[in-house]
Amino acid sequence: MATEAKVDPMHQFTIEPLFGTDHMELFGYNIAFTNSALWMALAAVGLWIFVAGGMKRQLVPGRWQMAVESFTGFVDDMLEANVGKQGRKYVPYIFSLFMFILFANILGLMPLGVVGVHPFTFTSHFTITGILAIMSFAIVLIVGFAKHKLHFFSLFVPHGTPLVMIPLIFCIELVSFLVRPFSLGLRLFVAMMAGHVLLEVLSSFVIDGFNAMASGIGPVVAVLSFILMVAICALEILVAGIQAYVFALLSSLYINDAENLH
Amino acid sequence: MPQIEQLAATYSSQIFWLLLIFGLVFFVVGKGMVPKVMDTVAVRDRQISDDLAAAQSARMQADSEEEAWRMRENANRAEAQALVAKAKGEAAISRDKTLAAAQAQLDDKMAKAEARIAEAQKAAAAEIEDVASEAAASIVQRIAGIDVTLDTARMAVKEAM
Repeated sequence: MATEAKVDPMHQFTIEPLFGTDHMELFGYNIAFTNSALWMALAAVGLWIFVAGGMKRQLVPGRWQMAVESFTGFVDDMLEANVGKQGRKYVPYIFSLFMFILFANILGLMPLGVVGVHPFTFTSHFTITGILAIMSFAIVLIVGFAKHKLHFFSLFVPHGTPLVMIPLIFCIELVSFLVRPFSLGLRLFVAMMAGHVLLEVLSSFVIDGFNAMASGIGPVVAVLSFILMVAICALEILVAGIQAYVFALLSSLYINDAENLH
Repeated sequence: MPQIEQLAATYSSQIFWLLLIFGLVFFVVGKGMVPKVMDTVAVRDRQISDDLAAAQSARMQADSEEEAWRMRENANRAEAQALVAKAKGEAAISRDKTLAAAQAQLDDKMAKAEARIAEAQKAAAAEIEDVASEAAASIVQRIAGIDVTLDTARMAVKEAM
């Protein structure tokens, strides 16, 4: 049992092509079906099953239908509160975004390693979160310029700004606006990656601690780490929900800027 | 950090599969299913509010019907009371009339009886005078042996009485 356990906490984020699709290409770009794509598909299928289960359209809803309706109602209320009546048309997008990220985060936390399947949290890749953030940002830009034309730039000049301050404020607001897609994407990526790395490090402490039984202090560290892991698992489930919520909430706030300016 | 190390090798596959799968999620779930779910909720909410409105209007109708019934009832009661009062008044008038008639009859009877009594008294008094004068005349004759005429005796009796 003295084999030095080489646990690389970053290994869980490695992307591996599956089913020999290593060199699948589209217009010269590699589009290998990877473990990341597999878990995206699983999240999508899971979401489809979840929503399909709530499509019985009964007048008196069952538990499942109630659950689905409470999610749609939640997104609807969020958009209504942040954007107003015009916010309703964004429900399909924000709902898809919120639920897709939520399912991805939670699927990635499932203890499937016990049965030999290694869940892959694709929201811990900034390629993914970045694309999602750019999508939200693109919607903001398209809606903003389509609706307000060049008047959209008045978003960068808050009401009541003194005339001499306008150039400075405009620059500051422009930068803060342009930073949005980065903060939006990085927040989710960092939160998911940090949580998974932490869990991986703590679990390596548990294993190494029990391996170093002879040292006396090893098992103590292992048990303490295990207790901490249980608590952090609960925290990670909370973070999975909160990050999905934050992503959807910020997207709807940015859409509000595009819809209503100030 | 595989996210950076594998970036060049995997970015195109990540972007492709994300756009494909998220696109499917958006169009199938977001566009296809969510509006139906929300429609169900809206239908239910509308039905609930319709039912509440129907209940409210039924309650209001019941209230107005009760009000109408109460007014009708009050009118009926007032009418009945008026009828009773009228009957009472009529009864009182007819009773008074009957009483008055009876009283008049009694008064008449009493007057007649009194007149008869007075007459009888008078007759009796005259008879007593006659008898007393005859008795006085006969007493005088027997005791004094004087023949007194009846007229004289009567005068004396009248004086004495």
